[in-house]
Amino acid sequence: MKVLICIGHVPDTTSKIRFTDNDTKFDKSDIQYIVGPYEELGLTRLLELKEAKKIKTITAINVGLKETEATLRKALAIGADNAVRVDANPTDALFVAKQIAEVCKKDNYDIVITGKESIDYNGGQVGEMIAEYLGVPSISSTAKLDLDGDKATLVREIDGGKEVIETSIPFVATAQKGFAAEPRIPSMRGIMQARRKKLAVVAAVSQDEKTKTTKHFLPEAKAACKMVDADNVGELVRLLNEEAKVI
Amino acid sequence: MAVLVYTENWDGKFKKATYELLSYANEIAKNTGNETVAITVGNVSDEELKKLGQYGAVKVLVNKEEKFAKFTAQAYSTLLADAAKAQSANFVIFANSYSGRALAPRVSVKLDASLAPGAIQLPTSYEPFVIKKKAYSGKAFVDYELTGDVKVLTLNQNSFKIVEDTKKIVIEEYTTDVADNEFVAKVVDVQKETGKLSVTDAEILVSGGRGLKGPENWGMLEEMAEILGAGICCSRPVSDLDWRPHSEHVGQTGKVVAPNLYIAIGVSGAIQHLAGVNSSKVMVVINNDPEAPFFEAADYGIVGDAFEVVPKLNEALKNFKAS
Ligand SMILES: Cc1cc2nc3c(=O)[nH]c(=O)nc-3n(C[C@H](O)[C@H](O)[C@H](O)COP(=O)(O)OP(=O)(O)OC[C@H]3O[C@@H](n4cnc5c(N)ncnc54)[C@H](O)[C@@H]3O)c2cc1C
Repeated sequence: MKVLICIGHVPDTTSKIRFTDNDTKFDKSDIQYIVGPYEELGLTRLLELKEAKKIKTITAINVGLKETEATLRKALAIGADNAVRVDANPTDALFVAKQIAEVCKKDNYDIVITGKESIDYNGGQVGEMIAEYLGVPSISSTAKLDLDGDKATLVREIDGGKEVIETSIPFVATAQKGFAAEPRIPSMRGIMQARRKKLAVVAAVSQDEKTKTTKHFLPEAKAACKMVDADNVGELVRLLNEEAKVI
Repeated sequence: MAVLVYTENWDGKFKKATYELLSYANEIAKNTGNETVAITVGNVSDEELKKLGQYGAVKVLVNKEEKFAKFTAQAYSTLLADAAKAQSANFVIFANSYSGRALAPRVSVKLDASLAPGAIQLPTSYEPFVIKKKAYSGKAFVDYELTGDVKVLTLNQNSFKIVEDTKKIVIEEYTTDVADNEFVAKVVDVQKETGKLSVTDAEILVSGGRGLKGPENWGMLEEMAEILGAGICCSRPVSDLDWRPHSEHVGQTGKVVAPNLYIAIGVSGAIQHLAGVNSSKVMVVINNDPEAPFFEAADYGIVGDAFEVVPKLNEALKNFKAS
C-alpha cells in the first residue's frame, strides 16, 4: 500500500500577518514556516498504520519553490519515507491539485491524504480537486481512518453529527481533528535520518489560472472592549439588548 | 442562464441557513440577469419545496432516487455538475458547510470553473468578478478574483440576511446517469447528536475554557444556554481533557463559528482559539485575569471570577427574559 500525503508549507499559527507590494503579496520576512497542523495529524495516523503493517510507504509531497524543502524535510524527520517537490510557485488550489494528480497518475498511489484546509488561504479544496482529477472517491473532514487490506473505514464529520463511511482503494481523504490523537514531532534520530532520505524534484505541468488573489487586507481595528463591573451584571444585559441588539 | 443553488435538506426539511443561502444566490442572479434555480436531493414534500419560491427560486430540481439517498461526494458532484450544464448555469452556489465543502471543489473541476470558497458578502465587483473572503484563519481578508466563465462559490454561515422575493416556483424531478463506480464510498452509519443545538447552527454560543476547572462546573453554562436558547462550545484543552465532547471544540483546529453573540467564560483568548470565533458579530468575555488576551478581541468584558459572575448573570438574564 503506497500512500501520498500532501504537506502544506504554512506560516506558524502565531505569526503576525503582514503584506507587501501594495498589499498584493504576503510578507514572508520573519515568518516561521511549519507543516500544516492537519497534515501533521494525517502523517501521524499514517505512521501508526505503517507500524501496524497496513501501509508500506509514505511519500510526502509539496508544490512549491525551493524554500518549502525545509518543511518537506520536517515531514521526513517525523517519519515519511521519501518526498517529492513539484517545482513551481503555486498560483491557486486548482494548480496545486493538478500537479499532485499528475504525480499520482505516474506513481500510482493507493491513498492520498491532505489536510482539511491550509491555514493560510483556508481554501479546503485541494484534496477534493485531486480526487476529481483522478476520478476516485473523496472523503472530506475525516476524523478517523482505518485500513483492512484494500478496504477502508472512515469517520467523517457532518453538520450535527458523524458519518461512518466504507470504501476501497484508491481514494482521497482530507484529515481534520481526531485523525490522530496528538501530532508526532521529529526525534533527533528522525532528523538525522531525514537528511539521507530521498527528496525528488519534478517539473510542473501547465494549468490555466482560474483565480487570483488581488488584494490583502488586515481586519479593521476594533473599538476597545467595553468593561462592565462584576457587581453590575444587569448593565451587561442592558448593553447586549439595547446597544448590541443581540438578545 | 441560471444561478444554481444547492439547497441541502435535513430529513426533508430546510433550515433558516438554506433561505439565507438562497437569498444570497438570488441577489447575484438579479445582478447578473440570471434566474435562480435550486437543487436538492432526498424525500422533500412539495409543500416544503414550494417554500424556496419565497426567496427567489423560479425552479427547484429534486432527486428522490434511492441510490442518492445517502450522501456520497463523487456521485453527488456528478449529479450537480450535470444539472448545472443542463440549466446553463454560470454560477453554482453552495453553503460553506461540511457537504458544500465536499462538493464545490469537485463540481468546479467538472465545470472547468473558478471556485471561491468561503465568501463573506456579495461580490465587491461583478466585472471583474471579485469576492471578499477570510484568510490566515481570520487574521486577514483577501479580494479573490474569479476569471473563469463559470463560477462556483461557497457562502459562509450567518453572513447574509434572508430577503423575500416571492416567485411562482416550478418543481421538476431531476436525474442523470451516474456510473456505479461513483458510489464506491458508502455511508454505513450516521451518528446524529440529538436534542442539542449544533454548534454551527446556534445564533448564540456560550463557550467554556479551562478556567472552569472541571466538567462538573458546566451546569451554570448549560443554564445560561437554556435561558438564551444558545448552543454550547469549548476551547481545545477542554475537549482534549474530555471535559466536553470533541464536537464542541471551536478554534483553528476545531469548528469555525460565526454566531451573533459569543460569550467566552474562562477562556484566555489564544490566537488559535480566536481564529475560529473572530467572525462572531458580538463577543463577550468573562475572565478573572484582566490581562487575558480575549479582552483585546471582545466587545464587552467583565473581570471577575466566573463562579460568582455567571450565576448572577444568569439571574439577570432570567429576569430580562421574563420582563
Ligand atoms: C497548532 C495549534 C492549534 C490550536 N488550536 C486551537 C483551537 O482550535 N481551539 C482552541 O481553543 N485552542 C487551540 N489551541 C490551543 C491554544 O493555544 C490555547 O492553549 C487554548 O485555547 C487555551 O484554552 P483555554 O483558554 O481554555 O485555557 P487557558 O489558556 O488555560 O485559559 C484559561 C483562562 O481562564 C481564566 N480563568 C481561570 N480561572 C477562572 C475563574 N475562576 N473565572 C474566570 N476565569 C478564570 C484564566 O485567567 C485564563 O485566561 C491550539 C494550539 C496550537 C499550537
